[in-house]
Amino acid sequence: MTFDSNVKYQESHEWSRKDGDFIVVGISDYAQDSLGDVVYIEHPEVGSMKKKGDPFGVVESVKAASDVYMPIGGEIVEVNTALDDNPANVNEAPFGNGWLIKVKPSDPSEYDGLMSSDDYQEYAKGLED
Amino acid sequence: MSRHDENLHAAIPALLYEISRPGRRATRISAVAAREEVPETALPQALIRSEDEQPKLPEVSELDAVRHFTLLSQTNMSIDTNFYPLGSCTMKYNPKVNEVAAAVPGFANHHPLAPEWASQGSLAVMYRLQEMLAEIGGFSGVSLEPAAGAQGEFTGNLIIRAYHQSRGDAGRRKILVPDSAHGTNPASVSMAGYEAVEIPSDSNGNIDLGALKAACGDDVAGLMVTNPNTLGLFEEHLVQVTRAVHECGGLVYGDGANLNAILGIVRPGDLGIDLMHFNLHKTFSTPHGGGGPGAGPVGARADLVEFLPGPIVVRADPAAIADANRDQSTYRFHMPAHSIGRLKAFHGNFGVLLRAYVYISMHGAAGMRSISENAVLNANYLKKLVDPVFPVRFKRTCMHEFVANGAVHDGIATMDVAKRLLDYGFHAPTVYFPLIVKEALMIEPTESENRETLDAFAHALSEIAREATENPDLLHHAPHTTPLSRLDEVQAVRKLVLRYEHRQDERT
Repeated sequence: MTFDSNVKYQESHEWSRKDGDFIVVGISDYAQDSLGDVVYIEHPEVGSMKKKGDPFGVVESVKAASDVYMPIGGEIVEVNTALDDNPANVNEAPFGNGWLIKVKPSDPSEYDGLMSSDDYQEYAKGLED
Repeated sequence: MSRHDENLHAAIPALLYEISRPGRRATRISAVAAREEVPETALPQALIRSEDEQPKLPEVSELDAVRHFTLLSQTNMSIDTNFYPLGSCTMKYNPKVNEVAAAVPGFANHHPLAPEWASQGSLAVMYRLQEMLAEIGGFSGVSLEPAAGAQGEFTGNLIIRAYHQSRGDAGRRKILVPDSAHGTNPASVSMAGYEAVEIPSDSNGNIDLGALKAACGDDVAGLMVTNPNTLGLFEEHLVQVTRAVHECGGLVYGDGANLNAILGIVRPGDLGIDLMHFNLHKTFSTPHGGGGPGAGPVGARADLVEFLPGPIVVRADPAAIADANRDQSTYRFHMPAHSIGRLKAFHGNFGVLLRAYVYISMHGAAGMRSISENAVLNANYLKKLVDPVFPVRFKRTCMHEFVANGAVHDGIATMDVAKRLLDYGFHAPTVYFPLIVKEALMIEPTESENRETLDAFAHALSEIAREATENPDLLHHAPHTTPLSRLDEVQAVRKLVLRYEHRQDERT
C-alpha cells in the first residue's frame, strides 16, 4: 500500500496535490484497493463551482459505486477524460495518471487543513482494526 | 487428492443455434386448409420477406429444446437445488402450493381489461392482500402497484414530495440515507429529484443518532431507513430516529427488504415509519429470478393513503350494493384522490400478488410470527458456528442475517471464499455489501433450512478456511466444478453482450 507523501488527504479517501495555482484531486491507493477494479468514472462538468465536501463524481468498481467528495471548494477546470477509456489507471496509478479532477480553489487556505500523509496512514490503519 | 482438485468443470449445453439444422421443428400448425372450410390464401407479395430479411431462428426438435433448457437450468443454482444464503435477498423456499393457485385457469387466463363485475375473484384477492399487508406493516392503506422494491422506494419518494407540496412546503430538498442502506435507496432519492445525504453508523451498527439529529432541519424532506438494517441488526434507537425526523417536519420511509425478521413481532408503522414497501419476492415467498417479476407494494399511514399510486381496490359499502340501481360489484378499483398516478400498466404483477396472498393465507397470523422467529433463530445458530472462523463484524444478537469478514487469511479475499463455496454445492452469500464492512460476507439462511444444512454449510466454511492456509491457490482459482470459472468482471461491465450475434460462417 502506497501513501504518497507529496499530497494531502481527507477522511473520504481523496488526495489533493498542489499544481501551481491549481489543486489536482484523485483517490488514494487505499481507496482504490478497497474498491477493486474500477470500471467507470462519472466526471463533473468543467467550469462548475463546488464547495468543500460536495460530491463531484462517482467512481464505479466491480464491487460498488462510490461518490467522491471535494477536498477543497472551487471551480472544476479540468477532468481526466483519459479515464473514460482506461478507468484501470485509477487502480494502477492512483497518484499518477489515475487523477480525477483539477480545481481552481476559491480559498487556497483550505488545502492547509487537509491531513498529512502520516496522519492519513494512521487513520487508514485505524479503519482496518 | 480431494475431489475438488480435479478438473471437474461441468459442460455448458450447446446453444440452440449450434444444434440447429434446417427443417427441424417442434410443432406443426394443424392443416386447417385441408379441412376445406378455411381456404388457403397466399400473403400479399409486398409482405413477404426476402431470404436475407427472414429472422434467423434456430430450427430444433421439441426434444432438442427441452434437453437444452433442462441442461441449462442444471448448470445454475436455485433454492430448489441448493442452499442459497444470499444476504439481504431472503432466498426462502417458494412453496409449490403458490404455483398451484397461480395456475388456476380463472386466475391464469383472466384478462386485465375484463370489467370489474367479471373480475370479482381477482379483485377480492387484491383487496384481501392489501388488508393483510396493512395489518402486518401497521399501515392504513396499501397500493399493490409497484413492481419491485426499488419502484416502491421511488413511489415513497414521490409521495414524500407530493405530501410536502400539498402543504405548500417547497423548501425541502434532502432525504437522509444511512451509510448501511441498499444502493437503491440513494438512487431512488436522485430519481425523485431529491438530494441524498449520507448518515453514518455508530460503533454498534446503529444509525448514529447524534449525526442524524445534526442533519435534521427544515430542508429535510425525509429519511429512508431499513429495519433491521443491512448489518442484520435491529435499529436500537429507531423510535428516537423517527421522532427526530418528524420533529423537523420530515417523513420516514421504510425499506421493507428485511421484513422477514420481524413479521408478527413488531409493526414498522408502530415505530414511526410513515411509508414502506414490502418485497413480496423476499418476505412472502414469490419467486426471485431473471430480474423479476417481483412486487413492491407500498403501505402508508392514514393521511398519506390518498397519495398512493392507483388504482387500489376498495370494497363497496354493503348498503350501497343493496341499491338496485347500482352495479352489484363488491370490489372496485379506486384512484386515490391525490394519487401520484400509475406506476405500472394494469394492476401490478398480479401473478406475484396471488402467490403472496396464498403464502400469507396458508400461514395465518400465528404462522407469520413463527416465520420470523425461525429465520432469526437460524441466523443466530449459523452466526455462532461461523464467527470463530470468519469473525462477525458486530457481536450483537443478529436478526435474520449477519455480516462476517470473508478475508480469512493473508492473500485470501472474500471473493475467493465465495467462489470456493460453489465447489461445495452452496450458493455464495452476498459479498462486499454492506459497504461499511470491509470484505463483507453477508449470510442469510432464512427459516426454510434445517439444522443439518446449516451445519453442513458451516463445515464447508471451516474446510475452506483450512484450505486458505494449506493451499491458497485452490481458492484463488475456484470454482473448479462450474462450467466457467472466474469471469472477467471488468469486461462484463464495460462491454456488455446482451444478445447472440450470428457469425458469418453460421448455417441458418
